Amino acid sequence: MNDFGKLREAVLAGDSAGAVAAARLALDDGADPLDLVLNGISPAMSEVGRLFEAGDYFVPELLISARATKDVFTVIRPLLAKQGAQPTGRVVLGTVQGDLHDIGKNLVAALLEGGGFEVIDLGVNVSPEKFIAAVEGRKAQIVGLSALLTTTLPAMKSTIDAFRSAGVRDRVKVMIGGAPVTQSFADAIGADGYGENAASSVPLARRLVGL
Amino acid sequence: MHSFFQSLLPGPIVTDGAWGTQLQAQGLAAGECPDGWNLTQPARVETVARAYVEAGSQVILTNTFGANRLRLAAHGLGDQVAAINRAGAQISRRAAGSRARVFASIGPSGRMLALGETDEAELREVFAEQANALAAEGVDALLLETFSDLNEIRPALEAAKATGLPVVVSLLFDSGSARDRTMMGTTPEQAVAALVEAGADVFGANCGRGIDGYIPICRRLRAATDRPLWIKPNAGLPELVAGRAVYRTSPEQFAARVPDLIAAGATFVGGCCGTSPAFVAAMVRRLNSEGSK
Repeated sequence: MNDFGKLREAVLAGDSAGAVAAARLALDDGADPLDLVLNGISPAMSEVGRLFEAGDYFVPELLISARATKDVFTVIRPLLAKQGAQPTGRVVLGTVQGDLHDIGKNLVAALLEGGGFEVIDLGVNVSPEKFIAAVEGRKAQIVGLSALLTTTLPAMKSTIDAFRSAGVRDRVKVMIGGAPVTQSFADAIGADGYGENAASSVPLARRLVGL
Repeated sequence: MHSFFQSLLPGPIVTDGAWGTQLQAQGLAAGECPDGWNLTQPARVETVARAYVEAGSQVILTNTFGANRLRLAAHGLGDQVAAINRAGAQISRRAAGSRARVFASIGPSGRMLALGETDEAELREVFAEQANALAAEGVDALLLETFSDLNEIRPALEAAKATGLPVVVSLLFDSGSARDRTMMGTTPEQAVAALVEAGADVFGANCGRGIDGYIPICRRLRAATDRPLWIKPNAGLPELVAGRAVYRTSPEQFAARVPDLIAAGATFVGGCCGTSPAFVAAMVRRLNSEGSK
């Protein structure tokens, strides 16, 4: 039984070529692609996130690990599709109205893609209506709201309220993040999840889609 | 070190405070491009600049932090780079007169090299465009501020130095378990080592945290270099109170720690987010009373 140790090591080291090679070897050895995601990629990404939160990994490490897993997904996605396995999930991302900062959001996009999600990035200064249209149009399971400015936090509340007024609040999970955001703020405005940093977006998104 | 700084040293030299919140107080809307106001609302920008000069700033900046082609393009102003930067420099020079120096602000491009959103060649072009426009208006120095990525600072510093002006490089150390690294993982020591080699005249740090957290950072910068140091802390961290951002550190509380910052090695002292002309006035009062001891 494959323990995917080499794959996990390569992801942690941000070694794209090594990760793809380890994945191919495992698959040739008879590993199940879904098993490879759940027991190879996923724990490796969680460890990367933990190291980032501990202040041992920084943005560069996050990005090269995410690129390694993204490259592995390129290999296994067709196999997962053939098996009838659903894509991990579809996430609409954007920085809320009035806010133009996007570095955090862009990091989250890269990490979610590395985690096997399909990401629809709406950019910055996104109105509630635009979020709703994207979620409905692309049938996304999750919408991620980002803000860097304390003054644009109220726009997160208005966005969630707009989903409610449009009658589609229960069709999507809302996760929020950004420097001024806190768990208590997330609870107060009725978000489904709060990510303390970019790396926490991946386990959070997985939890929100029920994985 | 550029000879310009000899005339200002040994310091301490009081710089200015936040511009964004001051412009918002003048009516800048959330999401509106602040740099564009140099062309559309120059009088209001000048009001902010004058307020800092009146409060006692010996160095004021320019309203050009986001005025590089890449950031301006997002507001449809990508073809106004030269005009916006020149206007910003002119406004600050008018306000400063002979009472203060003008250091022109150059902020990051807003693109992440590590994500492939730009490359070094583009950055060199973009920063050169901005630096040249600012230099053409006779500012005293260029300030690269709130940078996190050494790979981005390098082309920016190259472009800035090519103008012949003195250059201050100020980084944002807000990451890691000790919050003493940039977002990319760079420590103060690593930054100094890289940037001395690349020719920065003055080093420093701004934004990210309040003044208390800056004392150890300043000490480490001072231990790493003899160059003048540029420090601009925030007025603490903001809280959302009834829909408005409130910074909990008062001007007096901020000013009370300035002597410690100077003892830790700071040469140029000012404030970043949440500060105001009142902070500058409090710093000046504090330093005057220290001076008479």
